[in-house]
Amino acid sequence: MIEWTFTLRNVLIGATLLGVVGGMLGCYAVLRRQSLLGDALAHAALPGVAIAFLLTGSKDPAALFGGALVAGMIGALLILAVVRFSRVKEDSAIGIVLSVFFGIGIVLLTYIQRQPYGNQSGLDHFLFGQAASLVTRDVVVMAILGGLTLVMVALFYKEFQLLAFDREFGASLGFPMRALEVVLTVLLVVVVVVGLQTVGVILIIATLVTPAAAARQWTEKLGIMMLLSATIGGGSGAVGALLSSQIARLPTGPVIVLCSSAVLIVSILVAPQRGLLWAWLRRIRLVRRIQDENLLRDLWVRLERLQTGPYGSVAWAALMGMRGQTGRQIHRVAKRLEKAGCLKRDARGARFTPEGRVAAAHLVRKHRLWELYLTRQLDLAEDHVHRDADMIEHALDEEALATLEEKLGYPEVDPHGRPIPDPSRRGGELGGEIAA
Amino acid sequence: MTRSSANVASSMDTSSPLETSIEIHDLTVAYHTQPVLWDVDLALPEGRLIAIVGPNGAGKSTLLKAILGLVKPITGWVKVFDAPYRQRRSWVGYVPQRESVDWDFPTSALDVVQMGLYGALGWFRRPGKSHREQALACLDTVGIAHLADRQISQLSGGQRQRVFLARALAQDARLYLMDEPFAGVDVTTERAILGLLQELRAEGRTVVAVHHDLHTVAEYFDYVVLLNMRLVAAGPVETTFTPENLQRTYGGRLTVLTQATEALLAARAEAPELQGQVSDS
Repeated sequence: MIEWTFTLRNVLIGATLLGVVGGMLGCYAVLRRQSLLGDALAHAALPGVAIAFLLTGSKDPAALFGGALVAGMIGALLILAVVRFSRVKEDSAIGIVLSVFFGIGIVLLTYIQRQPYGNQSGLDHFLFGQAASLVTRDVVVMAILGGLTLVMVALFYKEFQLLAFDREFGASLGFPMRALEVVLTVLLVVVVVVGLQTVGVILIIATLVTPAAAARQWTEKLGIMMLLSATIGGGSGAVGALLSSQIARLPTGPVIVLCSSAVLIVSILVAPQRGLLWAWLRRIRLVRRIQDENLLRDLWVRLERLQTGPYGSVAWAALMGMRGQTGRQIHRVAKRLEKAGCLKRDARGARFTPEGRVAAAHLVRKHRLWELYLTRQLDLAEDHVHRDADMIEHALDEEALATLEEKLGYPEVDPHGRPIPDPSRRGGELGGEIAA
Repeated sequence: MTRSSANVASSMDTSSPLETSIEIHDLTVAYHTQPVLWDVDLALPEGRLIAIVGPNGAGKSTLLKAILGLVKPITGWVKVFDAPYRQRRSWVGYVPQRESVDWDFPTSALDVVQMGLYGALGWFRRPGKSHREQALACLDTVGIAHLADRQISQLSGGQRQRVFLARALAQDARLYLMDEPFAGVDVTTERAILGLLQELRAEGRTVVAVHHDLHTVAEYFDYVVLLNMRLVAAGPVETTFTPENLQRTYGGRLTVLTQATEALLAARAEAPELQGQVSDS
């Protein structure tokens, strides 16, 4: 069983807190396409930690966090300044500030390690994070900063939404968008500072971006996305903390990141609407539906020409000839349609069931109405319209069909002189019989 | 608020001179490498449908942004209903270019329309049930109330434009500034938008729209501003929208002005105290 210790308690609270706050703020970073800004701010905070230690000679979290905050904000301001006053673009500015500050931070940390302070060990934890080194005082400072951040996010929800979605419109309403952007950036720095000790400079970006990107997959509402992102972040933090406490030599920060990454991968794959898996399934279903509908209509058209009655049999060879399909392809589709109760198969060919005939009548109707529409309204030549109409029968919904019928005045013959079946009328499924 | 006075205006004969809605004096704008506005002097009447017409890069959107205070001018000033824009914010509605936002943003059509109420709401207050109903009514006016809960990425181009218009309607403004409201919409939407603009005019409101389609200017609008970095002409469509004026707006490159602009931008790069003119965006 899990052994409950002070260390575990601190790590668990700290990691969960960081996940929740990072998940919230990360939504804005992701939606504003500023994910890398968080990364730069984290790296920029490192020299602040070192300088704060050099100035105070202590590892008091208030001092170190303060130093990190100040350095992070200087980094943020520098990025804004470089973009505004030079021709350097934002992504380059972020890269420059990130590497310069990180370089300074590493130099200072190396210098500190060589000095005879005696208490400097542990500062390098800020690089990769060392959650186990969290003491109660650290957690208290983290809780205060994190709590403040959450309050600000709740307070400025409407204003931040405006900033992220339509900045100029917000400005036209009189909201000071630049000031709001500064506030949001400061909050981002605060989150970064909160996470420094737990996850470290290098991986902190993952606590911002990963839960938000995962949450985005599941919802189309900003508020829900933020709650979900906070949940994913907090959950990953808690699970990561517990896992690393139970398994020796498992580093907390990276495990937290791996947990949220696992959630992200699953989200990208299976989330409804946006998930890749569903997109793939939707595609397959669409392809199958089109194949089915094509065969139903082909059968109808063949019967019309053969004049062997509505339920006569059409030879496989005749059906294969219509779209240049192989026998195997046709049989696969026909088998599916037989299962659905739309047609009957035998060795020589296929014929409709009553259900299949009604379904086919619907399709033929859409196709021929559309052909008529194209020739009448758009003045296209009769021999040009078939290919366009070929796709439309799969896409046209009932509402559009009704509009089409009304526009055309419920016609009964298509531009090629063939009857337009009307399955809604009695005997409509027999439309094929009255072919001239 | 402004409805009553605006309605008085609508009851008047529209051919008689009305109050001035926007007054622009000696306006010069430059920002980044974008084209500039040069010494624009302009007074626009109230209660009209006004088109801003000009070639690409003529500064049409910049003119709207300068009126809205989104771009700081080098010289000159803008007055909206006889006061600086800051004091008239609640009288003005804005429809930005449709492409200016990320339509994959996680929000619904109704949420976007509610943003039109944020100015009246002020800081920290969230929209409530009554605001929701207001926004829904605006969506109904533009004919897409049934799409209220639809995620905005699932809307067509025309529907997105209607959402933006509904958001502006929610602002209940006396003056509307619209950046290409007809750009890239289907015929049905174009008709619907036109009907809406005419309704706004009938209520005595003023619409100033950047417009690209020269063929429809005379049909849709009754007042036109011809712009190509400088003001070419402004006035009623019948007298101002002439082939000569169009030739002056579209014909030939304005080499002197372009050169002057480049010189100005170069000077700004050297003299940082001129940096105050950078836009807020």
